[in-house]
Amino acid sequence: MKNGNLYNYILGIADNSLILGQRMGELCGHGPSLETDIACTNISLDLFGQVRSYFQYASKIAGDGRTEDDIAMLRKERDYKNVLLVEQPNTDFAYTLGRQFLFDVYHLAFLKELQKSTDLTLSAIANKCVKEVSYHERFSSDWVKRLGDATDESKEKMQTAINDLWTYTDELFHQTEADKTMVAEGIGVDVTKLKDSYYREVSQILEEATLQVPESKYFQKGGKQGIHTEHLGYILAELQYIQRAYPNMEW
Amino acid sequence: MISTEQNIDKRLIAILEQVSDPEIPVLSIMDMGVVRSAVIEDDIVNVEITPTYSGCPAMDVIGDDIKKALKDAGYQSNIDLILHPAWTTDWITPRGRKALEDYGIAAPLDAEADKDVLLNGKRIVKCTNCGSQNTRLVSQFGSTACKAQFQCDDCQEPFDYFKCLK
Repeated sequence: MKNGNLYNYILGIADNSLILGQRMGELCGHGPSLETDIACTNISLDLFGQVRSYFQYASKIAGDGRTEDDIAMLRKERDYKNVLLVEQPNTDFAYTLGRQFLFDVYHLAFLKELQKSTDLTLSAIANKCVKEVSYHERFSSDWVKRLGDATDESKEKMQTAINDLWTYTDELFHQTEADKTMVAEGIGVDVTKLKDSYYREVSQILEEATLQVPESKYFQKGGKQGIHTEHLGYILAELQYIQRAYPNMEW
Repeated sequence: MISTEQNIDKRLIAILEQVSDPEIPVLSIMDMGVVRSAVIEDDIVNVEITPTYSGCPAMDVIGDDIKKALKDAGYQSNIDLILHPAWTTDWITPRGRKALEDYGIAAPLDAEADKDVLLNGKRIVKCTNCGSQNTRLVSQFGSTACKAQFQCDDCQEPFDYFKCLK
């Protein structure tokens, strides 16, 4: 493919939103309260909307007839390049919110930089998404504070979730080969530069939430190379089922 | 430089005003500000629309409805979805804001006030039922991505608030 790096770069961004959107969508009808149920599914809808913009662009770049749906539904597990963080399960509401929070702080900072991309389509998508993601970030950090600083039980659950998910945060700042090329061309965002302010901001909110900032220096990685945790296969089984069982089916 | 101005052929305004947002039927897509341009070239109308939110499921329906309205008026049309410049609630017209309020949805405040309301619990959103500002945020997300849920503590009416998007 002529623009292979750009194509891979877009998928790297979009797969995070796709998989996180699918995770949040699982809460449809299962949220802990009506309001939070609606909030989680609205976030999911925003993420899917963003994914469509990215995949429509990727499909144009590929130029070989593959559609946005093909890209979303018909790849194999190793071809998904999302970070491990977003595929972690909705163990309980603290995990759901903790995962969202740890991703949102990164996502918002990333999109603010992507707005400056020399690629006009990517910067237009980023301009659009940044407005939506600032609401996500407000929602998730608000809940982390609320649960962290509430009862002993909510605090313990929130702390456990943050401790467990912490191990997946470092990967957000790893550069792929496509990243490096795109940064050099002024198209991509240098994620390594977002790391310090990310941990500063996350720590500040955790402190406000009266939670401990985890000190563990052991981090998991692999998602960006397509090497995933055991959870992704199950997500894809659900995501892809209809297209695999009834190829080319449309609404 | 991409213009934030609308470019709509005068002959098409009345036709486009008949098309409404399927989720807020009192609001025409023109008052919503989602139609960015509509021009007639070689008897074909080229329309550009922009989504309110990326995942807005109404956009496909709006595209189809525009096509149908133009066809009924004797025009063939192409509909393009554009992302830039991104839609903002500032593009809702004064008439659109009034239509929202009459329908029971509080119109968006400016960005600063919006933050005060959604983050700091300030009570300034006017209840669409009784007009009191003694209202509180129930949830930052409402029945659609563009709205938040509120309740009035005077008349107890629950209502939607259209979030500021800038």
